[in-house]
Amino acid sequence: MKRRTFFKYTVPSIVAPVFIGGFNLRAFAASPLVQAYSNSSTEGNVLVLIQLAGGNDGLNMVIPVDYYSQYFNARKNIAIEENKILRLSGNDTTGLHPSMTGIQNLYNDGKISLVQGVSYPAPNFSHFKATDIWLTGEDSSENITTGWLGRYLEKQYPGYPEHYPNPQMPDPFAIQIGSVVSPALQGHSYPMGMAISNPESFYKMLEDHQDGNDDHFNSDRVADQLSYLRQLSEKTDAYAGVIKQAAKKSKTLSAKYEDKGKNNLSEQLKIVARLISGGLQTKVYVVNIGGFDTHAGQTVNTDTSKGKHAQLLENLSQSIEAFMDDLKLMGVDDRVMGMTFSEFGRRIKSNASGGTDHGVAAPVIVFGKKVKGGQIGHSPIIPDSATVNDNVAMQYDFRSLYASILKDWLGVDKDALSSILLHNFDTLPLLA
Amino acid sequence: MTRRDIFRSFLPKNESPEWRDVSFPDIESGLETYKKPWDESAVRHLLRRTQFGAPVAEVEYFKKYSAKKAVEELLNTVPVNAAPPINNYNDDKVTDEQVPLGQTWVNATNNSGMLTARRIRSYKSWWMMQMITQNRSIHEKMVLFWHNHFATQTATVRHPQFIYQHNLLLRKYALGNFKEMTKAITIDPAMLRYLNGASNTKKAPDENYGRELQELFTIGKGPGSHYTEGDVKAAARVLTGYKIRPLMQDTAFDPQRHDDGDKQFSAFYGNAIIKGRSGKDGENELDDLLNMIFDQQEVAKFICRKLYVFFVYSNITPAIEKNIISPLADVFRKHNYEIKPVLEKLLASKHFFDMANRGTIIKSPVEFIVSLCREYNVSFPSEQNYLSRYDAFEFMLLRSAYMQQNIGDPPNVAGWQAYYESPAFYKLWVNSDTLPKRNQFSDRMVLFGYKTKQQSDFVGIDLIAFAKSLPSPENPDMLIQGSVQYLLGADLPTDQQQFIKTSILLSNLQDMADHYWTNIWTSYAQNPTDENKTIVETKLKQLYKYLMELPEYQLC
Repeated sequence: MKRRTFFKYTVPSIVAPVFIGGFNLRAFAASPLVQAYSNSSTEGNVLVLIQLAGGNDGLNMVIPVDYYSQYFNARKNIAIEENKILRLSGNDTTGLHPSMTGIQNLYNDGKISLVQGVSYPAPNFSHFKATDIWLTGEDSSENITTGWLGRYLEKQYPGYPEHYPNPQMPDPFAIQIGSVVSPALQGHSYPMGMAISNPESFYKMLEDHQDGNDDHFNSDRVADQLSYLRQLSEKTDAYAGVIKQAAKKSKTLSAKYEDKGKNNLSEQLKIVARLISGGLQTKVYVVNIGGFDTHAGQTVNTDTSKGKHAQLLENLSQSIEAFMDDLKLMGVDDRVMGMTFSEFGRRIKSNASGGTDHGVAAPVIVFGKKVKGGQIGHSPIIPDSATVNDNVAMQYDFRSLYASILKDWLGVDKDALSSILLHNFDTLPLLA
Repeated sequence: MTRRDIFRSFLPKNESPEWRDVSFPDIESGLETYKKPWDESAVRHLLRRTQFGAPVAEVEYFKKYSAKKAVEELLNTVPVNAAPPINNYNDDKVTDEQVPLGQTWVNATNNSGMLTARRIRSYKSWWMMQMITQNRSIHEKMVLFWHNHFATQTATVRHPQFIYQHNLLLRKYALGNFKEMTKAITIDPAMLRYLNGASNTKKAPDENYGRELQELFTIGKGPGSHYTEGDVKAAARVLTGYKIRPLMQDTAFDPQRHDDGDKQFSAFYGNAIIKGRSGKDGENELDDLLNMIFDQQEVAKFICRKLYVFFVYSNITPAIEKNIISPLADVFRKHNYEIKPVLEKLLASKHFFDMANRGTIIKSPVEFIVSLCREYNVSFPSEQNYLSRYDAFEFMLLRSAYMQQNIGDPPNVAGWQAYYESPAFYKLWVNSDTLPKRNQFSDRMVLFGYKTKQQSDFVGIDLIAFAKSLPSPENPDMLIQGSVQYLLGADLPTDQQQFIKTSILLSNLQDMADHYWTNIWTSYAQNPTDENKTIVETKLKQLYKYLMELPEYQLC
């Protein structure tokens, strides 16, 4: 029996702290010595993935202060003015987009790791293929149909779906906020997570609202059948009960979230925080924010710090800050780590429509109380006169981030790691 | 305790949501012929109800007709004369000594416990095959209708050859004469076994068939039904004398076992007396009995109500009884119980095509599975690969049984509850157990299909081919709209379609992102590399998995 399995079945680790030789394991959790003994410190850890759909312009999000003139020359029509860049403590080379004060605060607090230049060899410029690459963890020459987290969860919870839910794992392994379970969660036969179709309907479920808006149907007879079917599908979802219970058990505590309707990502993360603090043992949450495909009109002409992209970054930054605050107030911030990703970055040189075209590498924001704050890698090297073909170069394979998260945060052992990630990847020091 | 309470008490506790009392405004339209608009929505409605699902090619075909002509063609197309079920069951445990593999067992005489079970399984797979591979006709739907009406259970009959003969009988009369059919069913070996007609003798009368003949097969229990217990007994006496000849595999009338006394019926039958007949003439009492029963107005009404619930909607209000059922019953009687004129009147009517009646039926499991296979043109192994072919249809059969409709074995002689249990009716098909099973089935067909045991033939959905068959699949709005129209029983509001488009086809890209789908679809069409195929297929899998999990997909 594996050591962690042993713990799982013998010690109700959620209720009672685990003691070895009189020492509370939790107190040593961060010590490499104890990790060598056992992975039980990773037992309750949760991963939150924030997908930025469309290809985020990393260069306007994390700005190379050390290459400012090259940066400015390459994208005069959209470059952030130097004096508006948010500066980071202990970091002279890099700054943030002016709308990201939330991330700035967290960075200065040591809760953000900025990983520069994340991509993969032979990058693909199609949204769909590039997204698949990130979600499956495949090489760009491969066509893999399972997701990287699906493979992890299959290892973690063998025999799904026959033997689940069960008393050891009564909760969904992964929750996607959105209509479709992310391909990242796809296992060999089944999706290894469930989707909460959208926040609105989720709130309806919490508030015991029945679906009311059936006006468009050609008859009451159809509406009658549908309302029956809808009620039934809510009731029959094997996990609807536990999710509802968890959400009911906890309340949103942070006042930093924006008002309802203003920031969809906020709404999604609010749910995630409630489910975590409500006691779900769910390992992975996936949330989405779209609109990053900024080919044109990325900024306002008169003020490059405003506009479409600025709004998206503000939403992102603001909701992560509120989410972290919420987790802290709920007392679960020890257990949560998150990461943003986008299918690709954008071109160094801006185009004539005030936007940027599909590019290659971009920075990834890793956040969490246990994260090792600071920057990994260096600013992207920008040529003196960038051409339309110049791209931000890769410094780290995204699967090195996956490997670090799986190994150090989710407690996957080394052998399992290469079978989940299909190849071998170095890890990065993401955790303190 | 009301009827409703009693009924509810049969259901597992807390598993089914409350259903509302159904009281909707009445539908004004009557039996006059429906003319316009003869659009795709009308064609789909007709096809979903009279066949299984509305495949793209079928809709194209019938679009050029009128409602009346389409109904005529569906009623008059002669069904395919299918080859009988075969031995697909030899294995290391069982070898059929009489019937070689691939040959039909329907004339075999060597039934045994093991062989009987396997032949029945082969028969059911064969029936599933008939439904999925049906031609352009209402025939298969009617066979299912009559199976639900003259319900028998293979588990009780336990005689594969009789069971198969019984099915042929349903096929022969499916669109024929109901009175002749009732006679044929009465002396059909499977029915004689199922309702003990073969043990009904002068010495020891068995009332079973005499009762169901009136209660379930002809008169029914509607408001105009007043036959008595005495009528049950009298009918049973008329029906004495039939026996089964196992070697000949047929039915014979044995005058020795027949009660040749006079049989007195109640005031409901006008105090009719059926004069006892002796000797060989005794079997003609059956005609006297059926003449007496079929003289009752209630017979035609009862059958028309059942046709209505099967083809139109479950809630027969007093207005529908008056404006639809009654005139239909008149047509039925006027044509001496010929079935076609009734169906023609009903199915070509304004009432049938009324918007308020579209999408109002929750598919039965058989409809769910057979429609899915037909809508997506799922391919099955060829007749040369008969083992694999039977295995594939058996898979469909078992899924249907798992979802609580096991053809050949309805729950009892009354047929499936969803066709008669008021007020829930079709809602009874779906519950906390069967709804997830439906979703699992459609997920499976979309995601990875079924591989047959023998040759690992793939039985699943070719999503790219399906999308190609829709108008302008390169346009994400058109692709979603076309899919919604072909697959869902009720329309989806535009904002929901937009939501699906953005979150699935466009991976949450916003603004001018439609062309991303167009580009990838077009690059696949021009250059079908594995990479392009995977991208397109992944999107389509998500799209169709999502659409088929919607409650609207349960409707037809």
